[in-house]
Amino acid sequence: MNRIDEVFSKKKKGILNIYFTAGYPKINDTLRIARTLEVAGVDIIEIGIPYSDPIADGPTIQDSSQKALDAGMSLKLLMRQLQDLRKHVKIPVILMGYINPVIQYGFTKFCHDCKEVGIDGVILPDLPMQEYAEMCQGTFEEYGIYNIFLMTPQTSEKRVFQINNASKGFIYMVSSASITGAKQEVSQAQIDYFERIQKMNLSVQRLIGFGISNKETFDNACQYASGAIIGSAFINQLNKDDSDEAITSFVGSIINP
Amino acid sequence: MISKENYKVNSNGYYGKFGGAYVPEMLLPNILELQENYLEITSRPSFKKEFDYLLKDYVGRPTPLYLAQRMSEKYQAQIFLKREDLCHTGAHKVNNTIGQILLAKVLNKKKIIAETGAGQHGVATATVCALMGMECIIYMGAVDMVRQRPNVERMKILGAEIRAAESGSKTLKDATNEAMRHWINHPTDTHYIIGSVVGPHPYPDLVARFQSVISEEIKYQLIAQIGKDYPDMVIACVGGGSNAAGAFYHYLDRPEVQLIAAEAAGLGIDNKKSAATTFLGSEGILHGSKTLLMQTADGQVTEPYSISAGLDYPGIGPIHAHLFDSGRAHFCAVTDEEAMHAGIGLSRLEGIIPAIETAHAISALDKIEVKDKIVVINVSGRGDKDLDTYISWGKY
Repeated sequence: MNRIDEVFSKKKKGILNIYFTAGYPKINDTLRIARTLEVAGVDIIEIGIPYSDPIADGPTIQDSSQKALDAGMSLKLLMRQLQDLRKHVKIPVILMGYINPVIQYGFTKFCHDCKEVGIDGVILPDLPMQEYAEMCQGTFEEYGIYNIFLMTPQTSEKRVFQINNASKGFIYMVSSASITGAKQEVSQAQIDYFERIQKMNLSVQRLIGFGISNKETFDNACQYASGAIIGSAFINQLNKDDSDEAITSFVGSIINP
Repeated sequence: MISKENYKVNSNGYYGKFGGAYVPEMLLPNILELQENYLEITSRPSFKKEFDYLLKDYVGRPTPLYLAQRMSEKYQAQIFLKREDLCHTGAHKVNNTIGQILLAKVLNKKKIIAETGAGQHGVATATVCALMGMECIIYMGAVDMVRQRPNVERMKILGAEIRAAESGSKTLKDATNEAMRHWINHPTDTHYIIGSVVGPHPYPDLVARFQSVISEEIKYQLIAQIGKDYPDMVIACVGGGSNAAGAFYHYLDRPEVQLIAAEAAGLGIDNKKSAATTFLGSEGILHGSKTLLMQTADGQVTEPYSISAGLDYPGIGPIHAHLFDSGRAHFCAVTDEEAMHAGIGLSRLEGIIPAIETAHAISALDKIEVKDKIVVINVSGRGDKDLDTYISWGKY
């Protein structure tokens, strides 16, 4: 059973997925941060593959990606860093990245290596459903790697059902029309969107991401989905203090009652 | 016989294996809206009427097709210059911005965003926004804002807001990233006017169609001057490739017409400082389409270099990637130095100071056999904006 499915079968509410950029703040931090997040109580880890032109990301994640690249980070190096991942980390790990580095790496090698190191799923925002089906779905399925799709407030009802049918693991529900790291109050329009999707009774679970930054926004999102994803806010934490203690207390501030 | 359909976009948005729409879900509704409507809207008689009217009375079309006597003598060929430099705002860019702002109006968009490198597309966009009374935000790399200061001020005079792209290398590709991010944040009321035949489908086709007026005019102007509607070759410079797409468009399915694309080699294709994508690039995804781009083995987009800000782009439009891949067009690489000399050459022989982008196309005359041929060179823009570059180069 894919580890993502295990999490969703055990836990129906309050799933916390935390994103961080591979090789950030220091190039060899990837595994340490993953391990610390698991111990701190995170349910799913999402590791960003740094890219030079991340168009869906705001300044915080752009900056972390650029610094990781400048330090010499690459997809190849990430796979090497993750070699011993499963000796230390039991929870699901997802890679998030843009399509071009994956194409250059090669889909077959990418899926093969993901399986070998124990990656459970992949999020490639600039690979739409149709292109995924044509380019690489067969390979992903062969290796048992879940491809996670996004939906947004502008996604049509028809397309939401298509995404639901094509999805495995969970659907990444983008909370508003924005890039990552946009700071905002939860608006009535967002709540309407969350409720509209909730009423569609989709077969695949959802995690809400973008604009989730603290306990309040996390708890709010959890009312409308199985859990939520925190990215930029965690990178900001790493910028302030990336010690294991600081990471643990950041996670605690979100999940502790 | 090469079929026309091989070189135009297919119904899935591909040119051969290049093209497509690789955009995040956040942009998809906007892209789908354009995909589903652009052909129908742009073929409406009312749309065509207004587009043609503005091209004629506002832009000043048709632009002349001028037989360059002294240059023809020098190369022992019959060389025609398609004078896009005489368009309002000084380059071909305005053909596309007129078309796209009319499309944006039909789609009931209230605001316009655009990216710009040298500032020509930014100026052309700010111009049509002023014309239509629409709000206009232009993204421009912080580095480009310094090297193209006069165009920044022109855009401001025209009422546009200029936002500096401070991410990455702070040049055209980053301005494009920022414009796409802006569009993600403002998906419903904003139209993004992309300035070249790049980006997700339908942009490459949309821009090529608006620019195709260039070769449409060349055809009838040649009939009037030489009694047939085609030359032996058409030469144009390619950064993203919008002026080349327009100049080639009606000859794509005419194998008797050689298509020559001049890319910016910068300091040379053996040097890291270059923008000659077909020589130095490989297949990948850039700004929403599968194309040729300059990248590292790890798939990171690399920073191009050219003396011409308008050719300083790490990719080419998917149509050109296909023309290259299929062998339909011949690509040559022109260095900074060769382009500057060619720009001075045209100035001295014909009294036309070309944009440095265009100077790359002129330089192609020295790289290919043109003797006894009928040649059309697309003079995509005028050199006014480049005076500082000519001055600091200094060899004239």
